[in-house]
Amino acid sequence: MTYIAKPKLHHPGLPTNALGFTRRDYEGRISTLCAGCGHDSISAALIQACFELDIEPHRVAKLSGIGCSSKTPDYFLGQSHGFNSVHGRMPSVLTGANLANRELIYLGVSGDGDSASIGLGQFAHCMRRGVNMVYICENNGVYGLTKGQFSATADKGSKAKGGAVNTDSPIDLVSLALLMGASFVARSFSGDKKQLVPLIKAAIAHRGSAVLDVISPCVTFNNHAGSTKSFDFVRDHNEAVNKLDFVPAKKEITVDYEPGTSEVVRQHDGSFIKLAKLHPDYDPSNRVAALTYLQEREAAGEVVTGLLYIDPDTQDLHEHLGTVDAPLNRMTEDDLCPGVDMLETINAEYR
Amino acid sequence: MINWQSNVFPGVLGRTCDRPCEPACRRGRVEDEPVAICRLKRVAADSKDDISDRLPKPAAQKNGKRIALIGAGPASLTVARDLLPLGYTCVIYDADPFAGGMMRTQIPKFRLPERVLDEECGYILGLEPETRFGQKVESLKAILAENYDAVFVGCGAPRGRDLDIPGRKEAAEHIHIGIDWLASVSFGHTTKIGKRVVVLGGGNTAMDCCRTSRRLGGEKVDVVVRSGFAEMKASPWEKEDAMHEDIPIHNFLVPLEFVHEGGKLTGITFEKVKAEYDAKGRRKLVPAGEPPVHMACDDVLVAVGQENAFPWIERDSGVEFDEWNMPKVDPVTLQSTHPKVFFGGDAAFGPKNIIWAVAHGHEAALSIDLHCNGKDVTVRPSPLVNILSQKMGIHEWSYDNDVSLDLRFKVPHAPKELTLKDVNMEVELGFNRELAFKEAQRCLNCDIETVFEKNLCIECDACVDICPMDCITFTPNAAENDLRGMLIAPAKNLTQDLYVSPELKTGNIMVKDEDVCLHCGLCAERCPTGAWDMKKFYLETAKAHACSR
Repeated sequence: MTYIAKPKLHHPGLPTNALGFTRRDYEGRISTLCAGCGHDSISAALIQACFELDIEPHRVAKLSGIGCSSKTPDYFLGQSHGFNSVHGRMPSVLTGANLANRELIYLGVSGDGDSASIGLGQFAHCMRRGVNMVYICENNGVYGLTKGQFSATADKGSKAKGGAVNTDSPIDLVSLALLMGASFVARSFSGDKKQLVPLIKAAIAHRGSAVLDVISPCVTFNNHAGSTKSFDFVRDHNEAVNKLDFVPAKKEITVDYEPGTSEVVRQHDGSFIKLAKLHPDYDPSNRVAALTYLQEREAAGEVVTGLLYIDPDTQDLHEHLGTVDAPLNRMTEDDLCPGVDMLETINAEYR
Repeated sequence: MINWQSNVFPGVLGRTCDRPCEPACRRGRVEDEPVAICRLKRVAADSKDDISDRLPKPAAQKNGKRIALIGAGPASLTVARDLLPLGYTCVIYDADPFAGGMMRTQIPKFRLPERVLDEECGYILGLEPETRFGQKVESLKAILAENYDAVFVGCGAPRGRDLDIPGRKEAAEHIHIGIDWLASVSFGHTTKIGKRVVVLGGGNTAMDCCRTSRRLGGEKVDVVVRSGFAEMKASPWEKEDAMHEDIPIHNFLVPLEFVHEGGKLTGITFEKVKAEYDAKGRRKLVPAGEPPVHMACDDVLVAVGQENAFPWIERDSGVEFDEWNMPKVDPVTLQSTHPKVFFGGDAAFGPKNIIWAVAHGHEAALSIDLHCNGKDVTVRPSPLVNILSQKMGIHEWSYDNDVSLDLRFKVPHAPKELTLKDVNMEVELGFNRELAFKEAQRCLNCDIETVFEKNLCIECDACVDICPMDCITFTPNAAENDLRGMLIAPAKNLTQDLYVSPELKTGNIMVKDEDVCLHCGLCAERCPTGAWDMKKFYLETAKAHACSR
């Protein structure tokens, strides 16, 4: 059952990025997930996004919990930092890492079980705090590792492979993220890299909690008729609200756009997101309207995808806490123990 | 046996072939060097056990047809190999006392040991042809008069081109024609050469001449070529081997005169030239305007090309000749304008190489078999083709799909100090089994095809994500030229067809650019529905002995 390692040979015309790396340099080990798993497509999209953003692999930390999705950080960015944490506890471990070193790019990789069941509280609090991270939920609606029971994101009425019908209400992570104060909220589909790759790039450039709910069909347990997370169902019901183009900070926007049909959002790091509106009335800067729209369309049976909400001017956890600019892990003993006199001064302030 | 089947002389070709297959090897598309196909065939031939019980036996019953084969070189022997088991009586004529033709007379024994040639010619002689060795054929009409059912002419290109410049006649004693001199060495008539030798010519014969000279007493051997180094006809590896034996190659020198003192050769003068290219890119050698170069030497070997010569074929025999005095031969059937006379090897279309001679032999044997059965020789039987899935289990294939990253291995050589002392000592030691196995692992398994079943595909992209060479793209359909640019890795090799599926559920199509595919099978391993399968393609060209089975 073991795959051969992916041969190191590559296409002679494979392009390199500004760092001289090819896309292949951003790969990890070969996936041990089921053949055809949507999660592998998400890994491929992450690889493509990091390649296109010229990210130095050692400036990235990948953190995950437990589950099929949480195995995936092994399969991309093999030269980055990685931490496979406790089930559902990725957000707090990541928050800690982020506090210690604010300079890394944090990718939190989780699944519907890890985020919506055991880790629901962690998910909510991490959004509230505005931890500067990309939170990717690889959402397939089933517990794949335990043979396909419904997860908390499975839609009511959805059918399991064995024929059982789900009677519980689903947790919609996108709506929850909006409620909890996430400043970048998007939904995409593992089978649509044209949409997913720019979304990942924009999310990485975003400062604050960026949530990507990526529907990722489980080919083994949840890709049959009656499932609402299958390739066929998602393709048939996918309603993208906008089409996104990410323009990194160092590039000028040269593409013309017609006001009314598209808009440009400038992010904190100087990058731009160019949004072509597919639904003319949809306004991704209005949290309340976004929530309402999502509820309406989902009641109508549609799977709404695209960049659903963005607040480019938000503050992240470090700004809330007023931490110093230098990463805490680089503080020396002198910085951290300024001496008895300083302690006296500080204590005096509280007397 | 596969090696022997179409190759006929695997041990010979594994040492001496011009390797037209290696530039075609697809390994060369993904890195610098192709697989060492030629030398691997040698290992396969050298490492075999006794195969005599697997070889075809002499026909139990003769079919009454008699075929004359003129020349006992690779082309004629191949015809004999294909026809003898069918019951034909083959009569092989050759002026030399042994079978082998140019393989024996022109290829030095330090490149091709006699035992290898004897063994492989022996397999064919074991099929019991009639041999008329030592009998030079002087007249085609006389042969035809013997009522043969067909005549195959495989007499090679036996005449070495001469160089008619001043001094040629006067100094003739120390000026030799390359191929004649090599034959004389091969039969042991010539055992010595002067200390200073100049070899004129840049082909493989010139390389054999200079290297042989080094072994027969030539201490200072120089090769002089009219053209530049890169345009020389010799195979790159043969040039390398010559230079390794301390033989300098001088380029852009045109011989002007053989200098002699009273008939004793003292040297040659050359004019220095340079290459100029006209608007059409054609090269012209023009005088460089420098003073002539003189090279002192004791012997000269002239290896400036070979010519066909058919003094023994009467021009009214029914075989027509063209304006260049070459017989008119059909390139597919190898039939001449005389329906009973067929040509092959160098005799057919001028000097090529052994593997072409073998290929001609197979085709000519097929033609002769058709002709003798009263069938149309232009209606060629189709080749045997077969395609079969190689799946053995989950992630398990009947072929080795793990692609080796090794670079091409070098064939070990015997030490120069020893090989230069003995004209019969083989220079190349050949790969040992371990090295051969590693080299063979570099093969990209081009016989394995990726076969796509449209109805099974769920368009999950797993194959696209895993493909190490970016061969696969799912895209809206378009005209081929546009499609080639729309792929993940644009398909720039226009000689490689695209593999395109019918429209899939989403309206996209699957396009695979086979150009740099490694056949690693990961697309099929990653496919959740088995839409991709790895199938082995087998092709065996139609051969006389296989067709009549």
